[in-house]
Amino acid sequence: MFAYVVKRLISGVLVVTLVSMAIFLLFWFGPSSPAQPICDRETSNRCTQTKLALYEKTLGYDNPVYEEYGKYVKGIFVGRTLTIASNDYECGAPCLGVSFRTKQPVKEELVSRIPATFSIAIGGAFLYLLFGVPIGVAAAKRRGTVADKALVSSFLFISSIPYYLFALLTWLYLTITFEVPFFSDTGYFPITEVGPFKWFSGLFLAWVALGIFGCTQYTRFTRGAMVEALSEDYIRTAKAKGLPTRTIVYKHGLRAALVPVVTIFGIDFGTLLAGTIFTERIFEIQGIGWWSLEAVQGRDLPVVQATALFSAVVLIISNLLVDVVYSVLDPRVRLS
Amino acid sequence: MTQDPNARAQIEPTEVGANAAETGDRQLTAEGSPETPDAYGSHEISIQDLDFATLAEQGHTATKLDPLAPAVLSVDNLKMYFPVKSSGVVRRTIGHVQAVDGISFEVPKGGSLGLVGESGCGKSTTGRLITRLYKPTGGSMMFQGHDLAKLSSREMKPLRRDVQMIFQDPYTSLNPRHTVGTIVGAALEVHKIVPKNKVLPRVQELLEIVGLNPEHYNRYPNEFSGGQRQRIGIARALTLNPKVLVADEPVSALDVSIQAQVVNLLQDIQTEFDVSFLFIAHDLAIVRHFCPEVAVMYLGKIVEIGDRETIYGRPHHPYTQALLSAVPDVKQAAIGGRRERIRLEGDVPSPINPPSGCRFRTRCQFAQEICAKVEPPLLQIGPRHKAACHFAGELGSHPATPVTTQLLGVDDQGSPVAGATPTNTQLTIPGYEETWYDLKTKQTTGG
Amino acid sequence: MTSVPMTQSSAAERDAAEGPYLQVEDLKVTFPTQDGPVTAVSGLTYSVEKGKTLGIVGESGSGKSVSSMAVMGLHDAKSAQISGSIRVGGTEVVGLSESKMRGLRGNSMAMIFQDALAALHPFYKIGGQLEEAYLVHHSSASKRDARRKAIEMLDRVGIPQPDRRVDDFPHQFSGGMRQRAMIAMGLINDPSLLIADEPTTALDVTVQAQILDLLQDLQREFNSAVIIITHDLGVIAEMADDVLVMYAGRCVEYGTCKQILVAPEMPYTWGLLSSIPDVTASTDARLIPIPGNPPSLLRPPSGCSFHPRCVHSDKVPGDLCRTELPALLPASSGTAHLKRCHLADPLQIYRTEVLPEIAPELVEETR
Ligand SMILES: Nc1ncnc2c1ncn2[C@@H]1O[C@H](COP(=O)(O)OP(=O)(O)OP(=O)(O)O)[C@@H](O)[C@H]1O
Ligand SMILES: Nc1ncnc2c1ncn2[C@@H]1O[C@H](COP(=O)(O)OP(=O)(O)OP(=O)(O)O)[C@@H](O)[C@H]1O
Ligand code: SF4
Ligand code: SF4
Ligand SMILES: [Mg+2]
Ligand SMILES: [Mg+2]
Repeated sequence: MFAYVVKRLISGVLVVTLVSMAIFLLFWFGPSSPAQPICDRETSNRCTQTKLALYEKTLGYDNPVYEEYGKYVKGIFVGRTLTIASNDYECGAPCLGVSFRTKQPVKEELVSRIPATFSIAIGGAFLYLLFGVPIGVAAAKRRGTVADKALVSSFLFISSIPYYLFALLTWLYLTITFEVPFFSDTGYFPITEVGPFKWFSGLFLAWVALGIFGCTQYTRFTRGAMVEALSEDYIRTAKAKGLPTRTIVYKHGLRAALVPVVTIFGIDFGTLLAGTIFTERIFEIQGIGWWSLEAVQGRDLPVVQATALFSAVVLIISNLLVDVVYSVLDPRVRLS
Repeated sequence: MTQDPNARAQIEPTEVGANAAETGDRQLTAEGSPETPDAYGSHEISIQDLDFATLAEQGHTATKLDPLAPAVLSVDNLKMYFPVKSSGVVRRTIGHVQAVDGISFEVPKGGSLGLVGESGCGKSTTGRLITRLYKPTGGSMMFQGHDLAKLSSREMKPLRRDVQMIFQDPYTSLNPRHTVGTIVGAALEVHKIVPKNKVLPRVQELLEIVGLNPEHYNRYPNEFSGGQRQRIGIARALTLNPKVLVADEPVSALDVSIQAQVVNLLQDIQTEFDVSFLFIAHDLAIVRHFCPEVAVMYLGKIVEIGDRETIYGRPHHPYTQALLSAVPDVKQAAIGGRRERIRLEGDVPSPINPPSGCRFRTRCQFAQEICAKVEPPLLQIGPRHKAACHFAGELGSHPATPVTTQLLGVDDQGSPVAGATPTNTQLTIPGYEETWYDLKTKQTTGG
Repeated sequence: MTSVPMTQSSAAERDAAEGPYLQVEDLKVTFPTQDGPVTAVSGLTYSVEKGKTLGIVGESGSGKSVSSMAVMGLHDAKSAQISGSIRVGGTEVVGLSESKMRGLRGNSMAMIFQDALAALHPFYKIGGQLEEAYLVHHSSASKRDARRKAIEMLDRVGIPQPDRRVDDFPHQFSGGMRQRAMIAMGLINDPSLLIADEPTTALDVTVQAQILDLLQDLQREFNSAVIIITHDLGVIAEMADDVLVMYAGRCVEYGTCKQILVAPEMPYTWGLLSSIPDVTASTDARLIPIPGNPPSLLRPPSGCSFHPRCVHSDKVPGDLCRTELPALLPASSGTAHLKRCHLADPLQIYRTEVLPEIAPELVEETR
């Protein structure tokens, strides 16, 4: 098990390295010079050839690509000083670059945005598990009844709505149409500064949107896994032992059905942690998702690079955790 | 670019969830409307007006041995070791599954050799080696002047037509998305044997041979019952007029009454097309009926081989004796209760680390010191009979001292005797010799 | 020990007073499906005494499992309609409340299934699954008692080092050991009725022999009534006292093992006997299949449900086989032997026509 985790971590580091290279190369050989965005921004869109050349030179874009990539990697470990035009910017380790827009080290901004994104992710995921799994189990127990069919088709309908539309509608109805008190002022308010109530009310609608949407999917998913588990031979055995229905359904059925649910949840949760673009944008929460969206729109290359790298790392870690949890849940899987 | 992580979160559970729900629903309908044999009942050739005498006439008796038949396939010292990899970053080979470890036999032309033994003894692996689904680790397989073991995949291609396989599970061995015509005719097109417009007539001819309605070439496998699917599998194997058919448990997935239909069909095919069979099954009674010659395998080795009468009537190897005594017998009903049986304790050992000497010794009631030290050779002890046991003998009259000591140059405990000259250590040849080792006289005698 | 086994003699006395432990009468099981009702079992009547074994044979889909699951009350009340009477130890279980039924299941009657790997929960230790079966019917027993009982049962069914193997998961056991563990689980509460649904079908003959030995030893020890369901007439011959042959949901022949296998009087039973080779048979014996396929239960054949496949119906005058369901009537060899066939003198046909083909060596003996 330990050897397996180490092995996976090594391969994870390899993947992150490759991802970072790929991102680096993508910008380097992009359609326009990588210095173009900052040149445009600094000169208020009057970037001339000479000015561009200056930016390229100070940013090192005239050097060979491997040399600059080396500097970039070194910066991550020991920090570096970046020069843009004639100004120097200090960028401490781990240096992920300096934002073209704010001229602040990317890392600091990233760290400051993690709590918002993680708050959304944890709250939303908590909600959809809390409701999705039990409803799914209940539906599976009553499978084939009218209630089950109605539930499944209505949930299928909800999850066929694109998520951004769903989130937008939630926001529209709850804040504009019904003007739900307290919760209409959405956003991320650090718990340490404004207290738990403000933090909670700011995030509440985002959680609801994410929770309902995820719940419809997890209900259907749990239901499917549960129906399958309940038709297994070992359920018949459990029944033949004279166990009460509750034990059969939960101890024997749900235990088996949880394995695929947990697996899918791990991956889902990882992607949530990497940033929820629509949720953050619609509910105006200053998280990583929104930040990366802004960075793309503002052609803020260092930020785009950093957020891409961040999602890669988060996804790799969550994948690893899924596999470890899987082997704990299913004794037949031995990690090796 | 940062892809929209949320978008992924949406897609994944939906897709998987939908699938899971679908599985559940499908099960519901599967339960709700059980597979109706009626739907394919109409495929069957009419059995109206069939009376018992006619039916009985079509039923075959046990296949007879043709002692003069030459060998069509001659397997010598065949080995298949599957590597076992270590866990860890570097996956080293830390051992081998000795699935087949030096077996020799002959398949007579137009005849059948049966291969029996417990699960995991290497029967299927042997079948797969002969059809070259695996490349053997060692040994040779002579077929029409070619050594199948040595040929490259490309050189093998023309010969593949001649060695075909019938699989165990009629439900998984046929592609559900292809029509019967495509399944049976595929090989004709791959090997470009007949012009395109002749494929269909040939397919229909084959379907007729295996007792299916030739008009049903455009139906899908799921429209047929298990026995009918197995017929399709047989038709597919027959497409290229093979010389050798490897039948790996061809009837064990079928209902008893259907088993007999398929066994009879295979016997028909054998007489009509003069095909040779390597017939793999764990059902000793079916093998006895179909095969005039039988090889008994244990843990990757042949422990006894011989003609039907010898193997079933006078087995000399303790394992064969135990195996046969374990088979429940219908005739016991007349007497009541259970037969006296040899109880085999424990499980088959791992083929990764087989016992030294005789592989059966951990479960053998006659095992002695020599059995752990020296591997018993597969000794010819009758005109068509070989057994690999130091104490080979009929049940109840196993010798008290090893019969193999002179040959191997060892004493009764299996320690080498100084100055002794082992008569013959490479005793295993594919077929039978004119002379054999007489257990009573411990001398070589001739027929 | 928490449970005190009753002494053999007193148990036998009590049984004698009560009659057969299991009595099934006119059992009918119907599943409503989208395509219409499927009558998987109909008019089934049989009984099993304590200490006796009933063998049930028949093709796939003939209703063997469905009927035994009805005895265990394992059918979903919503999807199965059950009528008739099933008396277990004097208690009528058709229509019994679920909670009362639960008290019987796994306690006075137990069932073991064919595929032990699928029938054991993959995520729980063998010991845990056995303990659970014990605890549910011994609410006052402690976890430690249950564990001791589990180890004792594993030992009893011949698992080596039971105190260590009790903590293994099912996938760590070999096929034979898993089936032993299943048996241990079935017998942990000393049931008076054990139903074994194809307990050895997936196993090697050597392992099968071990399991059958075990079942017989345990039956002798616990004096339970046993039903063994199998495709293998050999297993029937060696295990069963009585035999029930099923076809298309009905009993077509019922009698003692000897009556059914030596003097069968129903063409379907003949078909079963002639379509299996025998390890000791003469090599001149023919293998004669039953033509065709089992019928659909959605639209069962009229009259005798075997008639579309029967090669002896020409010996019945007129169209009787096709139009009229034969009644289950006593056969010539005794009133305990019942058969469902219109043939006038079936035994004569069997001896003079069928036997010479399938077992020429037996013809002389039975004359
Ligand atoms: N591809 C493979 N890789 C590794 N081991 C294998 C492979 N195929 C088979 N084995 C091992 O080789 C041994 C022989 O397997 P094989 O399938 O030939 O047995 P068998 O006699 O056909 O058994 P059964 O009656 O269960 O079909 C087994 O221990 C099996 O686990
Ligand atoms: N829940 C169900 N709904 C509808 N039909 C069912 C249901 N369960 C069983 N059946 C049908 O009842 C018939 C009898 O099935 P059963 O399982 O008793 O057969 P069996 O004799 O045990 O066969 P096998 O030898 O294959 O185990 C089959 O045709 C089956 O399709
Ligand atoms: S060689 Fe020894 S161990 Fe092997 S079968 Fe013969 S007596 Fe038994
Ligand atoms: S009643 Fe007729 S069809 Fe049925 S088994 Fe007897 S002879 Fe055959
Ligand atoms: Mg095999
Ligand atoms: Mg069944």
